[in-house]
Amino acid sequence: MSQHRLDNQAVGLALCALVSLALLPWYALEDGFWSLKWLLAGYPLAQESAPALFLWLKGEKLWLLPVAIIALATLLTALRRPSAAVLGRLLSALGVLGMAYLLGQGFLFGLKGWNVAWLNEWLGESEQRQFGMGYGALVAGLCFLFLLTRGLALRGLVGGDAFITGSLGLVIALTLLFIGLPVLQMLVLPFKAEDGAWSLAPFISRLTDPKIWRLSCLTTGSSCGVAWNTLALGITVGLLSTLLGLAFALVLTRTGVRFRGLFKSLSLLPIITPPFVIGLSIILLFGLSGNVTQFVAAQLGVEPTRWVYGFTGVLIAQLLSFTPIAFLVLIGVVEAISPSLEEAAQTLNANAWNTFRTVTWPLMRPGLANAFLLGFIESMADFGNPLVLGGNFNVLSTEIFFSVVGSQNDQSLAAVLAIVLLAFTIGAFYLQQRWLGRRSYTSVSGKGDGGMHPPLPRRIAIPALTITTLWALFTVVVYLMIVYGSFVQLWGRDNTLTLRHYVGAFAVRYGEFGLQWQGSAWNSFWTTLQIATLSAPLTAAIGLITAWLLSRQNFRGKQLFEFGTMLSFAIPGTVIGVSYIIAFNVPPIELTGTAAILVICFVFRNMPVGVRSGIASLSQIDKSLDEASLTLGAGSWTTFRRITLPLIRPAILSALVYSFVRSMTAISAVIFLVSAKHDLATSYIIGRVENNEYGVAVAYATVLIAVMLTAIGVFQWLVGSRRLGRRGMQQDSTMLAGSA
Amino acid sequence: MNTSSRKGPARVWFDQVSKRYGNKVTAVDNISLEFPAGSLVTLLGPSGCGKTTILRMIAGLEMASSGRIFIGEDDVTRLPATARDVSMVFQSYALFPHMTVLQNVSYGLQMSGFAKDVVAAKAHDVLKQLGLGVLSARFPNELSGGQQQRVAVARAIVLEPRVLLFDEPLSNLDAKLRRYVRQEIRDLQQSLGLTVVYVTHDQEEALAVSDIVVVMNNATIAQQGSPRELHDRPRTRFVADFIGEANVLPCEVASVRDAQATVQLGGLTLSTPHCEGMSAQRHLAVRPNTVRLLPPGSPNTLEGVVAKAIYVGEQMEYLVRTPLGELFVTSSDTEHPFAADTAVAVALREGDVVLLSD
Repeated sequence: MSQHRLDNQAVGLALCALVSLALLPWYALEDGFWSLKWLLAGYPLAQESAPALFLWLKGEKLWLLPVAIIALATLLTALRRPSAAVLGRLLSALGVLGMAYLLGQGFLFGLKGWNVAWLNEWLGESEQRQFGMGYGALVAGLCFLFLLTRGLALRGLVGGDAFITGSLGLVIALTLLFIGLPVLQMLVLPFKAEDGAWSLAPFISRLTDPKIWRLSCLTTGSSCGVAWNTLALGITVGLLSTLLGLAFALVLTRTGVRFRGLFKSLSLLPIITPPFVIGLSIILLFGLSGNVTQFVAAQLGVEPTRWVYGFTGVLIAQLLSFTPIAFLVLIGVVEAISPSLEEAAQTLNANAWNTFRTVTWPLMRPGLANAFLLGFIESMADFGNPLVLGGNFNVLSTEIFFSVVGSQNDQSLAAVLAIVLLAFTIGAFYLQQRWLGRRSYTSVSGKGDGGMHPPLPRRIAIPALTITTLWALFTVVVYLMIVYGSFVQLWGRDNTLTLRHYVGAFAVRYGEFGLQWQGSAWNSFWTTLQIATLSAPLTAAIGLITAWLLSRQNFRGKQLFEFGTMLSFAIPGTVIGVSYIIAFNVPPIELTGTAAILVICFVFRNMPVGVRSGIASLSQIDKSLDEASLTLGAGSWTTFRRITLPLIRPAILSALVYSFVRSMTAISAVIFLVSAKHDLATSYIIGRVENNEYGVAVAYATVLIAVMLTAIGVFQWLVGSRRLGRRGMQQDSTMLAGSA
Repeated sequence: MNTSSRKGPARVWFDQVSKRYGNKVTAVDNISLEFPAGSLVTLLGPSGCGKTTILRMIAGLEMASSGRIFIGEDDVTRLPATARDVSMVFQSYALFPHMTVLQNVSYGLQMSGFAKDVVAAKAHDVLKQLGLGVLSARFPNELSGGQQQRVAVARAIVLEPRVLLFDEPLSNLDAKLRRYVRQEIRDLQQSLGLTVVYVTHDQEEALAVSDIVVVMNNATIAQQGSPRELHDRPRTRFVADFIGEANVLPCEVASVRDAQATVQLGGLTLSTPHCEGMSAQRHLAVRPNTVRLLPPGSPNTLEGVVAKAIYVGEQMEYLVRTPLGELFVTSSDTEHPFAADTAVAVALREGDVVLLSD
């Protein structure tokens, strides 16, 4: 046996697991992940920061000993130098065993002894209890994971490449841990009765609550169930935003209208706008003391009302927010329709209207359905606008929030509502995949696609131009309102200009202790910046590695993996928020109240976009470049680093920008996860809104928008200068592709 | 043939037509040109020479900046594509991806307002004629490249257009299929007596299918004529070079009499049809296959040395160094080739040299 080569990776990983048991603090530390205070606070003997080895020496936590035994067994196995096939099988088995044991013991022993009721009866109440996992457990878990993937590589999976199996394993493990596990825990929570027993009854009674499903608004004046509200809103927003987006796309591509660039940059605005800020502006315009309401009331001689609160207000705000998304989808669709198809129709005697009706419109249909479903999902997931403008009109996302945060504090109810919401969005997602999967007409034609799009028929051009002009003006007014609102004393009452909101939020004083960040907003502002800067590179990294795995490697279950990553698009932020507080509030993974949970939340919320832009970018790069590198003797890691990464640099930057911006503006998930210590800008603003301090809220929002515009400007400047470099590279790549 | 002004193949006439984009780009510069009814005219030229723009102006997909365009007796200069009774086969075929073959072919008939049963009958007829009957329920993405091409042709001819346009129809096919399809297009054009305008940048294709070839360069017509005229009597260096292979040699015009010019070429004196042009220092073109290589010392020849001799199967290719420069010569005699570095005599026959105007 000993003539086989020693597997350095296996030995190293086994040693690493043993070291983590012997030297690293096993449990999570109070001071947070990055703090190093524990080194000076009695380590390694202090109870909180003791490594597992020292705990055993004190006779504690002895159920962790098998972890060490598994790690030792792995080390001995590797040192006996068995053949690759045997070692592969043993390593994967031991890796699975190690991870399973780590997780299993974590769930069995909780803060209060046994976590599972029947163990109490079987073994009696346990004195043993443990906190959330820390460095030691984390490192040991990673070692076991990589032992498993090393074993799989030795057995020849995915071309026997340890880097590929390793990154694949890591991405799958992280996705399962931070999306699969919490969502699963949320799904089972409602089936747990108060006494800890499992039963269908509590779930069914909550699910069938008339508050969710009643239809009384159809017959009497009272309000309908939240599920119907949400559905009705989602469908209306989906339809209207698609139509508006289409009108914009058509006007910009098919008429000689100017200001193309202006329209495109206007369409970017909502992406960098915190989601409820538009709602605020709607209040400033149409609320009880809003300009428009006051003006109309004065003209007509009636009392101003709160008419905008409810369905109408939320609808307007969501249309303002989501029309640009539909526009961006549809302009791609409209531009991708091959002009020669429309020219062919014209030469076949179809007039402008018939060309539009029989060729252009049918070719756009898949894109329209796509835009509709996007609007639908976005509306369902939106939390900020309904919270600000909903009034008595409740939707699922706000209802979920109030059932957790309000006096009810009923996690099971939140879970049930979240399940209903999830069912809606996943249903829409399923329809989208199922119905649209094979119906894209945009990439049919190959070369020889010159020609021009015909002008729009008049019966479409005139209404489209009118609507888009009005809507664009409205959008501009709404954004001006935000800025203007931040400079007046008290909206609607006292319209004198002032800087007091900015001063209150962002005052800086130079005192005896140096620079002092006096304003009330600084705390949340810096936290937001830190967390956004921290999560952006992580998101880009994990997203692009996933994209690379999906587009370049073949492995069993790839389609399932791909479906899984795309599915997380369809999980509304509110659902993620609820599932995180359910899953990560208690050991073994205790994260609530930390900054880490915010970072993790952002990374896994924004990852799908990184995946998408990565896949799009990779599909433009000839696979033969990778293969050339591999045949020239570079491993897959070297190939990824030296060949792939430089070529997809623009995708990296766009993933960075996107996740940075999303982290600055997100609210729906993180509203559940912020704490006094780690408050975020958006939740701070929501707090001000709830106290009717609109001035501060819009002032803060204006600053945020300015910060993000600057950030995007910087990023775009970077991307721009990279592109110049890339054009040269692209030439190289086509030359290589041609000669291959 | 139906003589009513809206029926049957018609001639196309360009009267001083120009097409400009903005102030700087002139795609077509003051062209007058006739495409006779029932003939196949090819627009040939390098990319960017304006040939596709002419085609699109006939179709009505681009409007002329100045000048007038006639189809038959009708002035169509300002008519949109829809109203022109012209069909086009696009380079990308432009088959509607959301319609079956039958629906694609029926489309133009429906848009022209034919009754349902007429539409069905005509569409089926044309599909049968082109051997596409069994494919009528397929979608375009379920067809091979050659089949798609044929559907595109079927869709265009089913309307019995007065003019049928082809925009590089063979460029998406492989070499073998190209030879076959171009013959099919020619046969179809002849059997139906269609007026066809055909754009290509492949000179061999143009010579093979056309009644008339119009060679274009820099937005203007370089020369037009039958394939044989263009090949045997190129008027400019550009045409001589673009159509087939040619040796272009400097010469001196000694005298002109009765449209015959006497030119001096090295030590040779040759008589050739005259071609307008001012200066005495001119060029003439000689096709490689018309040059004969003889043993050295033969009378009325140029001296030369074989620099390279290459056997390519059907013929020998020689590069011969002469006092006038290097000559490219082909010879069908592969049995007794000249070896490299042997001295030869180069003979030029009077009827085979063409005096060029530039």
